[in-house]
Amino acid sequence: MVPGVDGFMYPNEFELQWSVLIVLYPYITGLVAGAFILASLERVFNVDAVRPTYRLALLTALAFLLVAPLPLQLHLGHPERSFEMYLTPHTSSAMAMFGFVYLWYLTVVLLLEIWLEYRVEIVEMAQSSKGIKRLIYSALTLGSFNISPAARRVDEKVGYAVTVIGIPSAFLLHGYVGFIFGSVKANPWWSTPLMPVVFLFSAMVSGIAAVMVLYAVCMKLRRTPIDMRCLDTIARYLFYTFVIDFTLEMLDLIHRTYESDESFRSLDFMVHTRLWGSHVILQIFLGTLVPLVLLAVNQLWKYSEGARKAMYMTAGGLTLVGIFAMRWNVVIGGQLFSKSFLGYTTYKMDLVSREGLMPAILLMLLPFAIFLVLVKLLPPWQGGKAHEA
Amino acid sequence: MDISRRDIFKVGGKLLVLASVGATLEQITGAEPATDAYRMADHWWGMIIDIDKCIGCGNCVRACSHENQVPQGYFRTWVERYQIEEGKPPRVESPKGAIDGFPPLARTDLKSFFVPKLCNHCVDSPCVQVCPVGATFVSPDGVVLVDKNYCLGCRYCVQACPYGCRYLHPETQTVDKCTLCYHRLAKGLTTACCENCPTGARLLVDFKNPKDPVHEILRTHKVQVLKPYMATGAKVYYENLDGEVR
Repeated sequence: MVPGVDGFMYPNEFELQWSVLIVLYPYITGLVAGAFILASLERVFNVDAVRPTYRLALLTALAFLLVAPLPLQLHLGHPERSFEMYLTPHTSSAMAMFGFVYLWYLTVVLLLEIWLEYRVEIVEMAQSSKGIKRLIYSALTLGSFNISPAARRVDEKVGYAVTVIGIPSAFLLHGYVGFIFGSVKANPWWSTPLMPVVFLFSAMVSGIAAVMVLYAVCMKLRRTPIDMRCLDTIARYLFYTFVIDFTLEMLDLIHRTYESDESFRSLDFMVHTRLWGSHVILQIFLGTLVPLVLLAVNQLWKYSEGARKAMYMTAGGLTLVGIFAMRWNVVIGGQLFSKSFLGYTTYKMDLVSREGLMPAILLMLLPFAIFLVLVKLLPPWQGGKAHEA
Repeated sequence: MDISRRDIFKVGGKLLVLASVGATLEQITGAEPATDAYRMADHWWGMIIDIDKCIGCGNCVRACSHENQVPQGYFRTWVERYQIEEGKPPRVESPKGAIDGFPPLARTDLKSFFVPKLCNHCVDSPCVQVCPVGATFVSPDGVVLVDKNYCLGCRYCVQACPYGCRYLHPETQTVDKCTLCYHRLAKGLTTACCENCPTGARLLVDFKNPKDPVHEILRTHKVQVLKPYMATGAKVYYENLDGEVR
């Protein structure tokens, strides 16, 4: 008997190949895509109420996007060869596209949009500050100091176009991550055409929840009153996307149960044993149903400001935990059962190894550190549209 | 030292003459390969395994492990023992990949048989499809190989293989798998597992060799591949394979 193994596993299946770091990868890219889509609500769909979070959402997306490739890089057996994916990509591989999708999103969409949004302030800072600060902001102007009304109009037009391109790009970024899993026909837990769609909507849910919580926390730290119209609107959008996300996930579950193919008994057993805590309790109950109820009651009844804040924050926090659990259940859950459908293994997470708990925690803290730097460099609450609301 | 344009032309001209003479000589002397040289295009390798002949001795696993220096705890080939009781899920075991064979059966009244496993060297390999840099590929003679100098160690191929044939080599940190003893094939030898099978349960076959027994076997015997619904184009065929085998 092999410790931690029940039934029969193929002998090379005992150890899991994709660790907690690969759980972080879809989680982080999901936050990026979701945050960006929330930002685009204001710009493209003219949802005025969410203006105070427009810049915050963009910076959140950037902070997480900069960290997104790190878990993958740390996971590779040969990180020094990762550039080969750019130089000699294998065109039939979904994974080979990551670098290109990532670079497209980072440079063409996010950096460009942020630059256009902040350009006026960057130029003003470059002209009014001194020393290193002046150098930094001068570099950020990229040599363009023209902030005349005509130039601003061009900025606005280009920014709009970038956001319009950005929405399908955000869909592509995370739908693509879902495809990486959904296209593995050897693994019935992953292999479903619904996977990219489920990933996309769960990404929107997590990104919106993250910006909502981050906005409230930032306001609290800055001792600035929260714009409740903004918070209510974000919560409403979170509710809508969550309903779609939950519907899709339930559709997947019902479909699997009703079809009951060869793998069903094995997967069902797994959900009732090894994944019970992370799937049923964390993902479905605490991470989905509770926040959905909290958000739903706010659509039906009017509560006091304090109660709404508390409910939104609880819902947001639980949502973030629930979506993390969802990523965990996909990535780790998909490797706990044998492809023979006759046995189950256990995931033993190391503490301090390269793919252990400590690097995972550090990688999750890193975006917040980057976020702090970005906020310092490009304050989302000074001037601009964010301040007006 | 001054180098004039004339000097450059002189040296360049000489080099050009030398290169053309070299190329002509190579064409004259080296165009025709030796008649016994291994030509990849002449072969298309696979294997036929007769379940009824396997006695579960584990010789193939030991031979493979020795021949290919397979790291301990990982397997390029292994043997499974199935015991089937009516109305119940099959009881399957493969202790240490059967490198030491199997312990005696607790019950002898059940249907029992051994199933040797290895990479199926699929024509439409999911592992080849997903590799982000093309480090794993099908050779012109039909063997799925991994270039360990190119593999990133991302393990997407391990996830994509429906048969559990791949692992990350703990020393090289690249993916490793059965090569069908490619180093032996090129010398006209059979694989280590086939050579050491005492009952001839494993047979290396060359689909491009018209005299290979594979054609007679495929024509007259009932054969099956593992998980045919995966449509991977597996080239390891099994004779007398029970429907319970996964």
